[in-house]
Amino acid sequence: MREFKILAVVVFFSLVTYWGVEPFAHSQMHKHVEGDNFQYSDLEDSGKVGDAQRGANTFMSAGCIGCHSVESQGMAAPMDPVMAAGAYGVNPPDLSTAGALYDEKFLAELIKNPAHALNVEHKFDPAKGKVHPMPGFYGLGGDRDQEVADIVAYLKSIAPAEVEPKQAFQDACGRCHEMRYADWTQIGETPKFDSKQESLKHQLKVANYQDKLKDYMGKTPPDLSMMIRSRSEHFLSTFIEDPQSQLPGTSMPRVGLTEEGKDKVLAYMTEIGDPSKEKREAVGPWVIGFFVLFTILAYFWKKSMWRDLH
Amino acid sequence: MAKFEKANSVEEWLDQRLAINKVKKVMAYEYWIPKDINFLWAMGMILAMTFGVLTISGIFLLMYYKPDVNLAFDSVNYTIMSEVGYGWLWRHMHGVAASLVFLIIYIHMFTGIYYGSYKKGREMIWLSGMLLFVTFSAEAFSGYMLPWGQMSYWAGMVITNLFSAGSLELNGLVEWIRGDYVPGDAFLTRFFMLHVLLLPLVIMGVIGLHFASLRIPHVNNQEGEDFDFDEEAEKYKAGKKKESKVIPFQPVFLSKDVFVMGVFMIFYFYLVFYHYQFALDPVNFDPADGLKTPAHIYPEWYFLWSYEILRPFSKDIGLVAFGFAQVAFFLLPFLDKSPNTKPAHKRGKAFVAWFWIMIVDMIVLTVMGKVPPVSPFNEIGLVAALVFIGLFVALPIITKKEKAV
Amino acid sequence: MNEERRDFLGKALGGVAGIGGIAALYAAKRSWDPLPSVKAAGFTTIDLSAAEENVLHVDKWRGKPIFVLKKSADMEPNDRDIVIGEDRFHVSIGLCTHLGCIPAYLPGEEKFKCACHGGEFDTSGQQTFGPPPSPLVVPPFKIDGTKVVLGEAGPEYEQMKSAGITA
Ligand code: HEM
Ligand code: FES
Repeated sequence: MREFKILAVVVFFSLVTYWGVEPFAHSQMHKHVEGDNFQYSDLEDSGKVGDAQRGANTFMSAGCIGCHSVESQGMAAPMDPVMAAGAYGVNPPDLSTAGALYDEKFLAELIKNPAHALNVEHKFDPAKGKVHPMPGFYGLGGDRDQEVADIVAYLKSIAPAEVEPKQAFQDACGRCHEMRYADWTQIGETPKFDSKQESLKHQLKVANYQDKLKDYMGKTPPDLSMMIRSRSEHFLSTFIEDPQSQLPGTSMPRVGLTEEGKDKVLAYMTEIGDPSKEKREAVGPWVIGFFVLFTILAYFWKKSMWRDLH
Repeated sequence: MAKFEKANSVEEWLDQRLAINKVKKVMAYEYWIPKDINFLWAMGMILAMTFGVLTISGIFLLMYYKPDVNLAFDSVNYTIMSEVGYGWLWRHMHGVAASLVFLIIYIHMFTGIYYGSYKKGREMIWLSGMLLFVTFSAEAFSGYMLPWGQMSYWAGMVITNLFSAGSLELNGLVEWIRGDYVPGDAFLTRFFMLHVLLLPLVIMGVIGLHFASLRIPHVNNQEGEDFDFDEEAEKYKAGKKKESKVIPFQPVFLSKDVFVMGVFMIFYFYLVFYHYQFALDPVNFDPADGLKTPAHIYPEWYFLWSYEILRPFSKDIGLVAFGFAQVAFFLLPFLDKSPNTKPAHKRGKAFVAWFWIMIVDMIVLTVMGKVPPVSPFNEIGLVAALVFIGLFVALPIITKKEKAV
Repeated sequence: MNEERRDFLGKALGGVAGIGGIAALYAAKRSWDPLPSVKAAGFTTIDLSAAEENVLHVDKWRGKPIFVLKKSADMEPNDRDIVIGEDRFHVSIGLCTHLGCIPAYLPGEEKFKCACHGGEFDTSGQQTFGPPPSPLVVPPFKIDGTKVVLGEAGPEYEQMKSAGITA
């Protein structure tokens, strides 16, 4: 009985200490951000139903492919990534998966008013002579909201039904962020080189791209290899949904992922940054079970040893 | 030269040359421990075992770790965590054991304080134990540098700056410790050396000293009872196990230890697999960046109480207070003037109060050391720091008044 | 009875601890296995079209030297040769089968000579003199046009292997 009382005291003080330095201290350090469940409630829904076929034409007439590639439809990028970054600050994304990854409302707003959709109006204020590199779409003369809805419908129609986590990460985050544990740089996966010259040439290209990106963003966006372990899942979710909510003033734009898209991105970041997660879950019960068995036997052994002492 | 008879077994052969039977007797089968003890007396062996776990897991980390500012982070976070077979397990085991060892150290220390086990001939046990606390602290700090993440770098920056000794501005000393103007390659490599070679050697030596210091005064017991160990041992050997107040270390005392170790291991591996963030701080998964301090920097939880004693004061006073906190517990056997070697509850209300206020105060300091330095935490921290100092000033006074029981 | 029970419990506990020890040794063993990145890097492609007759070309595969020797017409053909069109090549791991030194090629004498203990091999890699117990080892290869990929076992290699002419 006495041993249990002592144990209760020890456990009590240990738990109080734990509570104080972990949950309590962290609640004091980080402000709590409630997410919006990827509703993008600040953006309007025009209510228009888009038509993919019309959208295909509108898409071509709107001049999107002047800057964007749509590889899945055989539309190649007009410039290589380094040149594109020189022209726009960052390489404009390929749109093959856009319809699957991004929220519809977000896409519609992005087409009309990029700086607003991306939540970077603090950086791009036309009044101060700073315009976003992607021009807004002013319409082809008809109902602009309808035209935009058509384009969105078109993008959705060409998007693959299922986007792999890796693809989701590369398309949504990979033009600004490196992921060196997956051999990923902002200009793509690093190939194997036979000669030192070729390898150095490639490194120079990456460095040039990153330079442009740094000029554009104000700082080089961080490598994301270990972010899944250095930030909590809640932080990453709310941050991806709206970077301003966690880091006011940050130059990272809102990405506009759907909840599903975000889950895929996080799944890939886990695969690269925390590859032992599955193994931990597989091995853990065995090791703990082993020690439970060990402890039960040890208990009876102890009892048998102490039996004739009292 | 001694005479050697022909040996009839390997054991006998060894015994002739190494006296293994004598050694076994002295070290284990006839090393007498009081019977009247509770599970808190198993903490010492748990510490020894945890040190073993740290050594083994550390050896495996050592085989892939690279002490170079350009390689360290990736060697830990990429090579060890995702490439090496079970590398993640060694790392989680190492990190969690390093943190948990301090919880056990604190329990072990406060057990000693509660039962008065640092008094009347047991001073060396206490002093060698405190030396272990200091060397383990240095070991943990040097280890924390190795992954070269943001916390490694900034903890290295802040702690080495302490050596400038406030207004004495011993910047030369700080640079000497770092081998650089800031923590850099030389710093990482020398702390690597300290962590894997010099400090483990010192720890092993001091563990030896700690164990040796237990021999003559013997281990204390739950009631602080003073008896003749030889007499009690004779009773045990004569088969009067019930009357005897002692038990042999091997196998009786150990059988209880092994059970407590089992319970501890269940808890430990639960933390290793499912609940390790408290020991492997997320911030340290960001690579070191000398141009950007993390929004919140704080030491590992076991250093928080002494760190908090430094925080509320101006630079110089803070350093003096911090220095005091580091050595205060060394003085315990000399500040406790009581004639009694008894558990706290038998020594009278004053000491009981002192004990529990000390525990609560250290927990308050620990928590305040982690939260951001804003009001009201600053004020709470200041009060707790003053209480801590006050408790040490009060100890000789209240213990002197204690009546012998 | 009591004694027996105690003994049994002690042994059972020891046994369980032993099983745990073995499991830990398995984890320790796995920690020493070559890393995935090392294994993935275990392939080397060598283009044979550039080789000149009777000139030894040395490449590297899995950290080991690789001998590539294009045979001239006067050199005896051998089942160990890699044949591409009209050309015959001797390709082997350039480590002496005695104790692992790198033999030197002597083009004048058309043979390999190992400086360590005087072992010699002919242009097909067969030992002709001294302590080496067996021919130079042909690495796993796959023919791909005029190139060979080392580390991958193609049909020609499997054939050599089953004929027992390389280790
Ligand atoms: C001889 C025994 C030891 C060896 C060979 C050893 C070796 C290592 C190595 C190579 C690392 C770097 C890899 C890593 O960070 O995970 C490390 C980290 C560390 N060690 Fe040790 N260590 C030993 C004992 C200890 C002890 C006794 C403690 C604490 C009381 C300790 C505390 C730490 C800590 C806190 C880290 C950082 C863990 C992390 O954040 O990952 N080590 N150790
Ligand atoms: S190693 Fe070549 S002959 Fe001995």
